[in-house]
Amino acid sequence: MAAGAASGGSARADTYKDARGWLLLPSWAVLGIFVLGPVCMMLIYSFLTKEFRGGVIWEFSLAAYDQFFFDRGLFGDEPPTIEWTYITIFWRSIWQAGAATLLSLVIGFPTAYFIATRPENVRPVWVFLITIPYWVNLLIRTVSMKFLLRDQGPLNDFLIGTGLIDSPIHIVNTNFAVQLGLFYSYLPFMVLPVYAAVERYNFSLSEAAADLYASKWTTLRRIVLPAVKPGVVAGCILVFVPSMGSFLAPDLLGGAKNFMIGSLIEEQFKGNAGNWPFGAAASMILLTMVLIILMFSARQQAKADKAGG
Amino acid sequence: MKNLLKSSAAALALSVAANAAAAEGKLVLYHWFEYMPQEVLDKFTAETGIEVTMDTYDSNESMLATLKAGGMGTYDVAVPGDYMVSIMAGEGLLDTIADGELANKGNIAPEWADPSFDPGRASSIPYQWGSTSFAVNRDAYSGDIQTTAILFEPPAELSGKINMLDSQGEVMAMASLHMGIPQCSTDREQLKALNAMLQNAKQHWASFNSDTAKEVLVSGDAAVGQIYDGFAAKAREEGANVEYAYPTQGYVAWMDNVVLLKDAPNRENALKFMDFLLEPENIAAVTNYAQYNAGVTGVSEHLNPSLAAQPEKNPHANAGEGVFIEVCNQETQAVYDQIWTNLKK
Repeated sequence: MAAGAASGGSARADTYKDARGWLLLPSWAVLGIFVLGPVCMMLIYSFLTKEFRGGVIWEFSLAAYDQFFFDRGLFGDEPPTIEWTYITIFWRSIWQAGAATLLSLVIGFPTAYFIATRPENVRPVWVFLITIPYWVNLLIRTVSMKFLLRDQGPLNDFLIGTGLIDSPIHIVNTNFAVQLGLFYSYLPFMVLPVYAAVERYNFSLSEAAADLYASKWTTLRRIVLPAVKPGVVAGCILVFVPSMGSFLAPDLLGGAKNFMIGSLIEEQFKGNAGNWPFGAAASMILLTMVLIILMFSARQQAKADKAGG
Repeated sequence: MKNLLKSSAAALALSVAANAAAAEGKLVLYHWFEYMPQEVLDKFTAETGIEVTMDTYDSNESMLATLKAGGMGTYDVAVPGDYMVSIMAGEGLLDTIADGELANKGNIAPEWADPSFDPGRASSIPYQWGSTSFAVNRDAYSGDIQTTAILFEPPAELSGKINMLDSQGEVMAMASLHMGIPQCSTDREQLKALNAMLQNAKQHWASFNSDTAKEVLVSGDAAVGQIYDGFAAKAREEGANVEYAYPTQGYVAWMDNVVLLKDAPNRENALKFMDFLLEPENIAAVTNYAQYNAGVTGVSEHLNPSLAAQPEKNPHANAGEGVFIEVCNQETQAVYDQIWTNLKK
């Protein structure tokens, strides 16, 4: 999808060829100051010495990365072994974010497909309806979700009232609650790119497949899915990446009993630990992981484009 | 393009000038959430013409982080807890109030006039003081609650229904009281035992949350909650059948203090604000709202009569001692940080 937009855009951009440098200046300035600047600062901080109770001392140190990968016991004087604490925390975050992404895909794909197959004049209404809940602040939505899922909340009241269950299901303060929260927070990021892809899909291809006696399932698997794959990949990335760094849902819905990457990093800056270099190092490791995922998907995309073209 | 640049530069200069002009009648307050009634701020503005802007935080540590990450020079006053006052003084974040700068300094109650965390009240005045312990829902449990075992080795009916404060200092201090060890222990066996005790206690806990410490008790999500005394009183008034405990092993005592920050942009106004809060009538209004205790003489006649009789304010005869959170040195603190990470990994 990204590649398509770029190639379509370059033809149009030529209209403004002479002014291009000037016109792009604001974007470059914003990106440079607000994206590249902070990232470089974090990179530098991660290699500095920690100052007690927050802050950094301007001396080169690998202590932050050492702390991430090596365990030296409670008192810091045992021979180093591999530190599993932070790997576990990262793994937990990946797992939670992955589950949330899968959930978004399972619910989001049919939704997007449904919207894209409505008559053209009502599609914007459906898209509009999807975005309405997201006009409300994320914190409010997460807290509301907690109220819905509580032991004495409406969901359990309803299930008990209908006689489906006898005692409330504990959802709040479980991993499942976190996954639900992440799924709900980022669902539109799945629906919208998938919708954009399905909308461009030429449905006469499906008819052709049906004419050739392909079952509905086969048509979906062999014809529709490959055609809309870029949208699905974009949606998955857009849900997965913010889910990994999220700390609202884990704190509020998961009970903050176990660190996720986001809350671990937050604790380094806002908690007792006050270990800024370590927080910066954990951020850099997270960033590296995300970059690897993005590069991998971009390469897959390029390969697919080549095979297709 | 050039015209555009020029006019935007002019606009920028104008807005900077406007800000500077407004700054003469301003006060920027950095304060805990849900801790300052709007009426009190309105009254201050009505009396002095000074406009108050307030930002809030939810822990001493996050306040310190914000100030160290460039918040100095933005805020005039903050409201750190006891141990945080000494940390901030050590970090050089506090300004000294000279003799005679505060007209109402004599109003500070004698027992709070020379606290260990700020000798001679060089940079601070009392705001509120109280205790941190825990509250138990009496519908869920009717046995003896005057023991820290309720949090760390709870009876079966309370297991899995406990909310702890998401604050390393409060949890560690309570755990030390439970084990009867110093707060900044350097004894390896004690520290290992503390680590093991917390690891074991975690299975009984439902969540760590400070912001909603009161709400989880009111809604019934938690049957036990580590909580401040005033919050427990509010939870009870909001209909939860909760009782605040004063464990025989002891409880955490605290005092929040209004401090004058270094590089305060409106230093004069900050001093006026501190004088204002030393008037018994004004600080009593805060106490009536927050339901803790003021550290100023002569407040009692302005206090809501029901406050003094609150069970949360009256430790029973067998209650342990109230202890302040201690400030550990860097080496010791590193071990406690590691124990906290182990607890939440």
